[in-house]
Amino acid sequence: MSVDAESTQPILQSYVGFDSITSQIEKKLLKRGFQFNVMVVGQSGLGKSTLINTIFASHLIDSKGRTQPDEPTRQTVEIHSFTETVVERGVKLRLNIVDTPGYGDQVNNENCWEPIIKYIKDQHSSFLRKELTAMRDRFIQDTRIHCCLFFISPTGHSLKPIDIVVLKKLTEVVNVVPVIAKSDSLTIEERIAFKHRIKEEMAFHNIKLYPYESDEDDEQDAALNESIQDLIPFAVVGSEKTIVVDGKTVRGRQNRWGVINVENENHCEFIHLRNFLTRTHLQDLIETTSLIHYESFRSKQLLALKENGQQQQQQHH
Amino acid sequence: MSHPRRPGNRKNVKKGFQFTLMVVGASGLGRTTFINTLCDAEVVPKRECDEPEMAHIEEGIKIKPYTVELDEDGIKISLTVVDTPGFGDMIDNEYCFQEILGYLEQQYDDILSEESRIKRNRRFRDNRVHALLYFIAPTGHSLREIDIELMKRLSPRINIIPVVGKSDSLTPGELADFKKRVMEDITHHKIPIYNFPYDPEEDDDETVEENSELRSLLPFALIGCEEEVTVNGRKVRGRQYPWGVVEVDNPQHCDFVKLRYALLSSHFQDLKEITHDYLYENYRTEKLSRSTDSASDNDSGEEDEHSRLKEEQFKKEDGKLKEIEDRVQRELKEKQQELWTKEQQLMSLEANQIHVQ
Repeated sequence: MSVDAESTQPILQSYVGFDSITSQIEKKLLKRGFQFNVMVVGQSGLGKSTLINTIFASHLIDSKGRTQPDEPTRQTVEIHSFTETVVERGVKLRLNIVDTPGYGDQVNNENCWEPIIKYIKDQHSSFLRKELTAMRDRFIQDTRIHCCLFFISPTGHSLKPIDIVVLKKLTEVVNVVPVIAKSDSLTIEERIAFKHRIKEEMAFHNIKLYPYESDEDDEQDAALNESIQDLIPFAVVGSEKTIVVDGKTVRGRQNRWGVINVENENHCEFIHLRNFLTRTHLQDLIETTSLIHYESFRSKQLLALKENGQQQQQQHH
Repeated sequence: MSHPRRPGNRKNVKKGFQFTLMVVGASGLGRTTFINTLCDAEVVPKRECDEPEMAHIEEGIKIKPYTVELDEDGIKISLTVVDTPGFGDMIDNEYCFQEILGYLEQQYDDILSEESRIKRNRRFRDNRVHALLYFIAPTGHSLREIDIELMKRLSPRINIIPVVGKSDSLTPGELADFKKRVMEDITHHKIPIYNFPYDPEEDDDETVEENSELRSLLPFALIGCEEEVTVNGRKVRGRQYPWGVVEVDNPQHCDFVKLRYALLSSHFQDLKEITHDYLYENYRTEKLSRSTDSASDNDSGEEDEHSRLKEEQFKKEDGKLKEIEDRVQRELKEKQQELWTKEQQLMSLEANQIHVQ
């Protein structure tokens, strides 16, 4: 075994073959499948369900919008979750979509965010309990929310007071990715001004959005994250309907004055959002949830438990 | 754009008429832009972009009237547009309704007190609001709680015309479905809106056709735009998107032109008449009978919150009515005093005359 003077790594004299561990892992993981939990938060009528269906290119959830006159205008924010398994080239993805219809719809919206925050924390809580159980499952089913898509109404002005309150609370417990919904009602100039304004407000209120900076990032990662941070919030348009444009079938919206092609980067930033969520940062979203949000929840809980235990001991004395 | 001359004498035509329109809707639905588009001028200044520090501050609703002089084919219109920035922006919006209702009723109170004067001012400015355009968000579903609440509470005091703001975010199919659902909602909740009433028996065919067409357009799909863009060599008012241009004045793209015509040419008279002959009369009757009637039979079965608000309203109105009564009494006294003084003067004159004779 010779040691190279310049590097500290020993040079292998013949092929060992441990590089195949990546494909060993892949095989195991492929069998097990992946789990991705995404939550959508925003006022009703902003195209939340449609966007999810557009991102995953299939009809996964139905819109919860009120369509019948005898349906009551919802009184509470009801949280529903749907699980679907989608398969692509042999890779199984168990998708759990958590819908939060009715947020911000009432005349009085005080505390409408509480059920949402509670739901997110409950998932952490249930995971922690399973972890701490003496006889625990081999693979704990992960229901923790990996990504929260926050829908901003395309007013063109600024964030509403309720948005600021909710964003502050959400970013403390989950990865938040804000999107400008139905962005086809903004001209390009309006969109640029709106984004700029939103970014200023988020910076002012110290709202920490995903992706977070990390010491582990190399140059490539950092550059990618920077370009994502530039784009955020993504101006999106969703559609499950297809239209033929220049002989190609694309997902889009047909108006009397033109056709909006969802997949056209000049029309909206859907492609960027889709790639961000599924092609570049999917794994990181899952990992960050576990390493940052869950860890923070866990340490707070365990410290609280410890303090409670100490207090009880003191009381006994 | 020509329109049928209203049968009226020349004097009225030259003098023109006055019309007050209120515009209500959450911010970001194109309310302010609509006002400027309607008047074809920057009546409401473009919203100053406040500092980012202001975004989380809940400012509450403001009521801002603006008056413009318009000229519609030779007819002068003194149009007052009342903007209501801040509506629906807060976390708890209960207070907004009260503010608007208070404003509308204040105008009625002013007329009521003016009518009760012994000596009336002929130049008294009638600030009653003749129509309210309510902006619905283009969700594609149907009405939200705040929409239903607002229209229910304000419809006894004003003609409400629902409109869809930023309607260019809906495709024609979505828009048609949305309109249908909104109208179903309105019917279901028994909300009395201004629906271009006509009588198939009494009115002539033209009127019936005109009104039923306008009724079928409800809620009017609106787009607002103050800038001009060039389309195929023409200059039009429109919004330029990467996929095309939406033209404000194109009836294929939105209902702006039809609504404008209804408000400023064909239906303003009807709106004013309903305001005066029906809405104002109802208010007057309610108010005057409330002051004599100690038991209020209006709020049976309402929740505590509502009856508390109503109580405050009653107290306020009682106070106002008392003011009117006091004022009338005072004026009566003054006149009596004047009369007495004149009588005295007359008597002394007569006495002098007798004396002289």
